[in-house]
Amino acid sequence: MRDQLLKIKKEASEDIKKASNAIELDNVRVKYLGKKGSLTAILRGMGSLDSEERPVIGKLANEIRSEIEELINEALESVKERERHEKLKSEIIDISMPGRIKNRGARHPLTIVLDEIKEIFTGMGFLVVEGPEVELDYYNFEAMNIPKNHPARDVQDTFYINDEVLLRTQTSPMQARYMEKNKPPIRIIVPGRVYRSDTPDASHSPVFTQIEGLVVDDGITMGNLKGTLDIFARKLFGEDTKTKFRPHHFNFTEPSAELDVSCSVCKGAGCSVCKGTGWVEILGCGMVHPKVLEFCKIDHRKYSGFAFGVGLERVAMIKYGINDIRLFYENDIRFLNQF
Amino acid sequence: MLVPLKWLNEYVKIDDIDPQEFADRMTMSGSKVEEVIETGKEIENVVTGRIVKIEKHPNAEKLVVCQMDVGSETIQIITGADNVREGQIVPVALHGSKLPGGVKIKRGKLRGLESNGMLCSAAELGLGEYVPNAAAGIYILPEDTKVGVDIKDVLNLGNAVIDFEITSNRPDCLSMIGMAREASVTFNRPLSIPEIHVKENGQDVNDFIDVEIKAKDLCTRYGVRIVRNVKIEESPDWMKERLKDAGVRPINNIVDITNYVMLEYGQPLHAFDYDKISGKKIIVRRAKDGENLKTLDGKDRKLDNSMLVIADPEKPLVVAGVMGGEDSEVTEKSSNILFETANFNGTSVRLTSKKLGFRTEASSRFEKGIDPNIALDALNRAAELVVELKAGEVVSGVVDNYDNELRPWTVDISPDRINRFLGTDIPKDKMVSILESLKIDVVDKDKDVMKAVIPTFRADIELEEDIAEEIARIYGYNNIESTRIKGEALEGGLNREQKIEGIARDILTGSGLYETITYSIVSPDDFDKINIPKNSALRNTITILNPLGRDLSIMRTTLIPSMLEVIARNYSKKIESAGFFELGRVYWPLDDKISKLPEEKNMLVIGMYGDCDFYDIKGCIELLLQSLGIRKYEFKRESDNATFHPGKTAKLEVKRKNIGIVGEIHPDIIERFDIPKHVYICELDFDEIVSLSELDKHFKPLPKYPSIERDMALLVDRNIMASEIEDIIREKGGNLIESIKLFDVYEGKQIPEGKKSIAYSIIYRSDCRTLKDDEVNKVHDSIIKSVESNLGAQLRL
Repeated sequence: MRDQLLKIKKEASEDIKKASNAIELDNVRVKYLGKKGSLTAILRGMGSLDSEERPVIGKLANEIRSEIEELINEALESVKERERHEKLKSEIIDISMPGRIKNRGARHPLTIVLDEIKEIFTGMGFLVVEGPEVELDYYNFEAMNIPKNHPARDVQDTFYINDEVLLRTQTSPMQARYMEKNKPPIRIIVPGRVYRSDTPDASHSPVFTQIEGLVVDDGITMGNLKGTLDIFARKLFGEDTKTKFRPHHFNFTEPSAELDVSCSVCKGAGCSVCKGTGWVEILGCGMVHPKVLEFCKIDHRKYSGFAFGVGLERVAMIKYGINDIRLFYENDIRFLNQF
Repeated sequence: MLVPLKWLNEYVKIDDIDPQEFADRMTMSGSKVEEVIETGKEIENVVTGRIVKIEKHPNAEKLVVCQMDVGSETIQIITGADNVREGQIVPVALHGSKLPGGVKIKRGKLRGLESNGMLCSAAELGLGEYVPNAAAGIYILPEDTKVGVDIKDVLNLGNAVIDFEITSNRPDCLSMIGMAREASVTFNRPLSIPEIHVKENGQDVNDFIDVEIKAKDLCTRYGVRIVRNVKIEESPDWMKERLKDAGVRPINNIVDITNYVMLEYGQPLHAFDYDKISGKKIIVRRAKDGENLKTLDGKDRKLDNSMLVIADPEKPLVVAGVMGGEDSEVTEKSSNILFETANFNGTSVRLTSKKLGFRTEASSRFEKGIDPNIALDALNRAAELVVELKAGEVVSGVVDNYDNELRPWTVDISPDRINRFLGTDIPKDKMVSILESLKIDVVDKDKDVMKAVIPTFRADIELEEDIAEEIARIYGYNNIESTRIKGEALEGGLNREQKIEGIARDILTGSGLYETITYSIVSPDDFDKINIPKNSALRNTITILNPLGRDLSIMRTTLIPSMLEVIARNYSKKIESAGFFELGRVYWPLDDKISKLPEEKNMLVIGMYGDCDFYDIKGCIELLLQSLGIRKYEFKRESDNATFHPGKTAKLEVKRKNIGIVGEIHPDIIERFDIPKHVYICELDFDEIVSLSELDKHFKPLPKYPSIERDMALLVDRNIMASEIEDIIREKGGNLIESIKLFDVYEGKQIPEGKKSIAYSIIYRSDCRTLKDDEVNKVHDSIIKSVESNLGAQLRL
């Protein structure tokens, strides 16, 4: 009996090894453990054993039964594992096919650069304020120390609405408007559209965008002007950007300067953007003219300030290497979707 | 302004400095350089050659074959010019030479005969502006010109010329002497202005002329010299070369002298034919209204009382400071000359030249302002040159009417204040030496507040800040240390409107739209193009008095035409489908007596075409409104707007306020814009949206109780609107309705003509208990009954 049992165990484990799928394993189970299975038959024949042998053989038979069951279960598990693996292996897709992109949409490049500039200055405690584009001659010129018949008015060809009203040629009038209503400390930037009577070409546009900056407080120095604009230039064009302040003239600042930055495209080596010089001019700036402060009833003996005006299109052209200002206003989607 | 360095070197020694370095340092001290020019730079390998022999070309009637002695050899060159003769010396562009404009000359065959280069005209050498009839034939050089030498040496090319941008505050720099002053300070080298010595003939100028200034407000100084027995001829080479390099065309010795002195001193001079002046008298007066004068350019000018003229007792001779008269012009026949030096009121000259519609070199200089104290030097310098050029004999003495002499003024300056203002620590001594090098004297040097004595050629210096700039630019802007602003921390940042604009851009770009920016000045024809009625308020616009053209002549009152143009442009570039938006201003005339300014409103326009329909653009708007916290809004049918399709258009209302319109653009308009697609546009009042938006968010607990969903499909007349059904659902369902979703609309097969099937899924939920089926069924049934009885709907089963 014992030998028979051991033989069954051996045969069963061999059958299990041979079985390659769940059905075959089930057949093995039926063959040995089913109602008509060989192990079941032995258990049934136990009655013929004597009382001493019966518990020993019974125990052995039960052990073998559970061993076989375990082996079958294990085999079943590994078969399933293999089948799952094979199924996954067969579920291959072509990952090189194009992805489905939702319609992208994008901000206009001028908005992108303006947002960046706003972020730089608001981070330094500046407020963003806006003003009228259809402006009084008084604010656009007179309050900016450009009296009637001053030759400086020729430089800015102005669109007039009537004798007193014009399309602002600069965002500077907001300096006066803001200073009339707010007392120092003042720290603002003023983005907005400005207008000049220039026929559109690759570098001129009758409508364009400026960002004015104004800081007025007790003890503001020209060193502060340089320091603030250094930070601006580095944040906008990259940490390695160099700056160069050149003397210039504006009626509403004294001293006045123009700021050149090292060309961000060629890193100063010389390219078409900087016309080979390694430098590009990005803004005009200076210390607020005492007459402008006076116009706005701010005591120029107590307070001083600086102001600057950046051409947004120009900055965006330099930053992205755009060679024609008209592209900004044509809104060709093949242009817009590059940003 | 063009400054030839050779000329400048006469007053300050700079010829050892590389032109580019010179330019860079001048720029950094305040004289901005536009360009460093080398005259004739583009010319290479062009030499002088003698025409040894000329023969007819055997195969071409209009060509001749020249044997050219070019020094090292004799070569054959074919030319078509008919002004060449044997023995002449002409410029020869050899094989492999270069000419201005990137022209390259190579050996080649002309009608079968070899030609080893080209004979050049003056125009081909880039001298078109300076040589009369430069393009008419080959440039014939003087007989004594050496053969085989570089043409640049012969024509005095290869000079360094700097083009400076002179700002409006520094008219004194519009002269060689002015620039020499700047160079002398920049390079710390001495300035030497040669003294003027005039050899006079002993006659008395007062015997020849009398000057009366009647309009003293418009003329502060008027000076005259007389030159007799004038010989009009060409100027010497040195003078012609300098004038050419400075961009002025040589004419004859007298005209050249006036131009030369103007460039040297900055003082315009005028030369009259003395014998054309009646009564030996010059009168400086206002013109009479309607008075006529034929100016040098041959045009009759009608003058008026606001203009200043130089006249004799009979007639006006010159529009003062603007242009001379034809009658008194110096010509080859002139034998006696009167030189005028004057100081005219800048504003008056400016207005006169504006009225007459032209400007001259002289008028633009008077406009900017000239130091009256240089007038006499300039006049004497001209006289000196007349003698030097042997152009005539100078009558002794000058007539000089100058009543109110301009004297130097003083400006109080405190070195301490200047340092505090600049953020520098420049020693007082250094400041003083900078100012003195600029010819600004400093007195009271031992006091805290010193006095700067401003020379009369520096009219721009009035205040201490002006002095601070002088010190800063010579000290070097780049030597001022960059520092951070000190002081209290300020609350910077964006305001509510700016934040909402940012959110709107996020939502709209997230919806696949591209932001556009278009001109805010537009054409008045736009209104007809988009069917705006003649009496519409939109046509009441701000109009530009001096526009660039009709297309850019009014301030826009709607963004729709610009959006249509963007769509048309993109469609024409074969973009089949796209969506755009623009956030921009419109401008409404406002008869506000106080501000006098229009109302500038922010509008949002969205446009899309191609792969989209009405519900796409409506969805964009709804997403935007919801994102900005505007939950209650209503789209109402709008069939009366001529810009839009009458059946596919709605107006948007929030809190009973109309805030915009959305719909399909009228097919007639689309045709006008050449877009063969449906176009959907909405235009919304963005200022209203900003004021209605609610950005504060409040948390609402998530539902605790389960929901029950019920669907219903209805058969209704096709003109029943979904909103009518939804209104009933909400009314009957009350607060048990969590959401209503339209999931199917169908017309066609199995649906009777004139009807549509419309299907909703309704979710019921209570926030205080679990709803029971019975309860929901009751409500749902009442909804169905109501749509049946009110809208004639039938439940589809």
